Amino acid sequence: MVTIARARNSTRDMRAGRRPGELIDRATSLGFTWNGRRYSGFQGDTIVSALAASGEKFFSRSFKYHRPRGILTANFHDPNCIVQVDDEPNVRAAHRRLRGGMTVKAQNVWPSLAWDIAAVNGAFPRFLSAGFYYKTFIKPQRLWPAYERVLQHFAPGGRLPASSAGGEYDKRYAHPDVLVAGGGPAGMAAALAAAEAGASVMLVEEEYELGGHLRYGRAGELALLADLRRAVAEQDGVEVLLNSVVTGRYDDNWVGVLQRELPNAGERLIKARAKMLVVAPGLIERPYVFEGNDLPGVMLSTAARRLVNLYAVKPGQRAVVFTGNDDGIAAAEDLGDIGTEVLRVVDARRGEGVRRAIGRGQVSGVELDGGTELACDLLVTSVGWTAPTSLLNMSGDIPRYDERAARFVPGRSAQPNVMATGGIVGDGSADELVSHGRAVGAAAAARAHGGNETGAPELVPRPHPALFRASTHGFVDFSEDVSSKDIFSAAQEGYDSAELAKRYTTATMGPGQGKLETVNTVAVLAEATGRTIAETGTTVWRPPYVPISLGALAGRLHAPVRYSPMQPWHEARGAVPLVAGQWVRPEHYGDPGAEVRNVREKVGIIDVTPLGKLDLRGPDVPKLLNLLYVNKWSKLEVGSVRYGVMCAEDGVVLDDGVTGRLGEDHYLMSTTSSGAGAVWEWLENWLQCSYPDWLVHVTQMTTAYASINIAGPSSRHLLGRLVSDVDLSPEAFPYMHVRTGSVAGVPDCYMWRIGFTGELSYEIHVPAGFGLYVWERLLAAGGDLGVGAFGVEAQRIMRLEKGHMIVAQDTDGLTEAFSAGLEWLVKLDKPDFIGKPELVFEHEKGPGSKLVGLQPVDPGVVPAEGSQILTDDRVIAGRVTSSRMSPTLGRSVCLGFVIAELASPGSVVTVHLPDGNDVAATVMPQLAHFDPEGARLRG
Amino acid sequence: MILIPCPYCGPRNSDEFAHWGEGGARPPVQDIGPAEWRAYLYIRRNRAGWTTETWFHRFGCARFFVAERNTVTNEVRTTRSVGSEAPPSASPEEG
Repeated sequence: MVTIARARNSTRDMRAGRRPGELIDRATSLGFTWNGRRYSGFQGDTIVSALAASGEKFFSRSFKYHRPRGILTANFHDPNCIVQVDDEPNVRAAHRRLRGGMTVKAQNVWPSLAWDIAAVNGAFPRFLSAGFYYKTFIKPQRLWPAYERVLQHFAPGGRLPASSAGGEYDKRYAHPDVLVAGGGPAGMAAALAAAEAGASVMLVEEEYELGGHLRYGRAGELALLADLRRAVAEQDGVEVLLNSVVTGRYDDNWVGVLQRELPNAGERLIKARAKMLVVAPGLIERPYVFEGNDLPGVMLSTAARRLVNLYAVKPGQRAVVFTGNDDGIAAAEDLGDIGTEVLRVVDARRGEGVRRAIGRGQVSGVELDGGTELACDLLVTSVGWTAPTSLLNMSGDIPRYDERAARFVPGRSAQPNVMATGGIVGDGSADELVSHGRAVGAAAAARAHGGNETGAPELVPRPHPALFRASTHGFVDFSEDVSSKDIFSAAQEGYDSAELAKRYTTATMGPGQGKLETVNTVAVLAEATGRTIAETGTTVWRPPYVPISLGALAGRLHAPVRYSPMQPWHEARGAVPLVAGQWVRPEHYGDPGAEVRNVREKVGIIDVTPLGKLDLRGPDVPKLLNLLYVNKWSKLEVGSVRYGVMCAEDGVVLDDGVTGRLGEDHYLMSTTSSGAGAVWEWLENWLQCSYPDWLVHVTQMTTAYASINIAGPSSRHLLGRLVSDVDLSPEAFPYMHVRTGSVAGVPDCYMWRIGFTGELSYEIHVPAGFGLYVWERLLAAGGDLGVGAFGVEAQRIMRLEKGHMIVAQDTDGLTEAFSAGLEWLVKLDKPDFIGKPELVFEHEKGPGSKLVGLQPVDPGVVPAEGSQILTDDRVIAGRVTSSRMSPTLGRSVCLGFVIAELASPGSVVTVHLPDGNDVAATVMPQLAHFDPEGARLRG
Repeated sequence: MILIPCPYCGPRNSDEFAHWGEGGARPPVQDIGPAEWRAYLYIRRNRAGWTTETWFHRFGCARFFVAERNTVTNEVRTTRSVGSEAPPSASPEEG
């Protein structure tokens, strides 16, 4: 067990005096706990700045070696400051604002941050070198489950308690003319100029406030920032989104924006379609690779400046600053301002360098090139910048290495609807960045409106010394614990391209996704392979730019749920809901068997509103019906309905239903509930694309009518009590006919006499607004007849007793019409219909298998739907498509597919049940198990 | 998600549309053999480059239309209503 003494200065006050740009409100103290101890910070602190102000230096243990880690960047992308907050894992604690009462804990530690058993890994780093997992745990394969159990203990990340209440997430759609990614000086200027030109602008900033690096700048920069913020606030047409990130850019400027910590949602994903995207993310400071570069107390110059200037936190008492640019000098000045003693500014431009950081658990000194050692508790590095070109890469740009500036720059080949400004393009004073931003913003607005654009002033990267690695080895990827040594060994083992070395070592594959790590990885690999950085090239930046929670991706469910007008009644009667596509329907009201008996003996009503209904008008409707259905329609008389089946061009059964002729040129087509949308599209396709000269108009009527099926021997009697203007007598209104009339005083109802259940029945289509009224009137009027509601399950049982197939239940995507037992319906003597050639071929060849009625020899066995049917040689010969216990017959009944050889009536087949047992079943002479002559429904 | 320029509604997200694909003309069905019929059913050019295909604005105007789309870049060069002639400058045989 390796122990690290608790940070010695843990109670020391490291809060500095007031800073001109500080974000904290010193009047408001907030209490919270960190690993069980009580702390306090100010309103405006981040979790980490509050802890650092209390003298804490160490916030996590590293992924593989469990090394203690402290502040590196002091912003969202700090790989060392990822913690658990209450029940939320993986919180970026150097970004997340402090709230009173937070319970904050370190992750990836056991049993505690200070005492950590796995830190023993650190004593044997060679065991965890590049490719270690691949090499060590791959063989023998049978031991993998054991390896996995052990490795799980070493997996980083927080804990999501099972008791977590979850969170609210939301979604939004936006259509800005110009979307600006990044709210620094250039981004703010671009937004202003675009809005002044009349564009609607969305300005997206990752931090809690606009300003970028101006926020922690000097007095002049703070003054400029105040002006810019005021201008943005006063400018019409700019929507500012703070604590929000552009996650990716996709085709045609489809841009994802993630908003965090909204009042009503943990996260919200905005799906923005921007006419123009202006990429203004600034620059990311790059860490330096050297021995000890991960010790707490080694941090980037921007981290030191953020701590000092935004939170008035002293990062250390005695500092050494290593720099290759003026920003390091500025950091040294900031440190001096708050009383940190700056021992030495080591300037690479003078040929100076650092060799290693010394310390155990935290920095205690620095060894410079040449061997000088300086005792200090803070080492600040400022060695250069990475341009986060990811959004440009997602737009087709390939970054190019600029050797003079020692950084990758945009390759200037992105799509015309994407532009860039600010530090990602080049270096300049704040005023130069603003000028460039304004020019790009104006040009973006012009392009968004299809107008002329103006040129932008030149903004080029300044020369910068190439500073990637010292003479010693250190960490390249802090999240993944990958060192420069690992990349050297990967190169030696042949993983010498950037993409291969990345995958082999996992460098750049941690939570930071390469923002800090990619360029150092490439630079070390270039060094290891003796190539230049330009030759080595960079890896591809892929979306998302920052982690997105699954909740945000799922967002709010916008899919509609459909209910019939009778839903209140169903709910009040405790109907068990059945989800069928978008529809919620009553499956049954408690006892589907009793519902079946009531229909067979008396009368029942069922809500069949989801049934697809298409109103067809025009003189050419018969042509359309003849084209789409496999049977004939020319002679359908006014007042008649007919059953039809549609096939696709490959002969496969598509849908079925009845269509009635309501008037000379007026038809109502019904489709299956699930097929309603597809059949409508199918009709429109043939009418629009192939027969535009046919005079047919199709209107979707599914939800315009509430549909009720009244079924049972007393159905005529019941309906007769509510209908006075239609003669319901069997002579006047026979089976397969349609009438229009009033039901319960509601005019313009369609009544068709059809029978899916096999009983005398009427299907009535009532204007939807009267659906519930008519439903209740039917029940009230038929009390003495024993009327009761029945649900989908009772209907399914009765249709199975009757042998009526359900398309897509008893057929599948390969079932051609003859296989489905529709030889009585298919009219191959029609000159043409959809799918005819394929059905001709099937007819000539004979169907390979057939839908048949099946009855298990043991009447008490109900084979599960999907049970296989086997030949004597136990070869699959079909399957059971529908099965139920029939309350009417007191035995199990099925429909199923069997190969033609076994399909003749009386043949006994073997049904293989899911539990492994076999039962015998007899093929019936017809599909109907009950009343095959149809006497009941014709009565 | 790409934008599809519906000739009736203007540019809309592609998830408003159903892609009906290239599709060729339906051959006469009298005495047609399986090979010819199944070529109509299943054989598509599926080229990398400019294709002529049918789209349906399912959650919009409910109109079918023909678009020339480059399957490599997703650029849509022309759209026209079904049944109308392709503009002469934009033959699908190009590119």
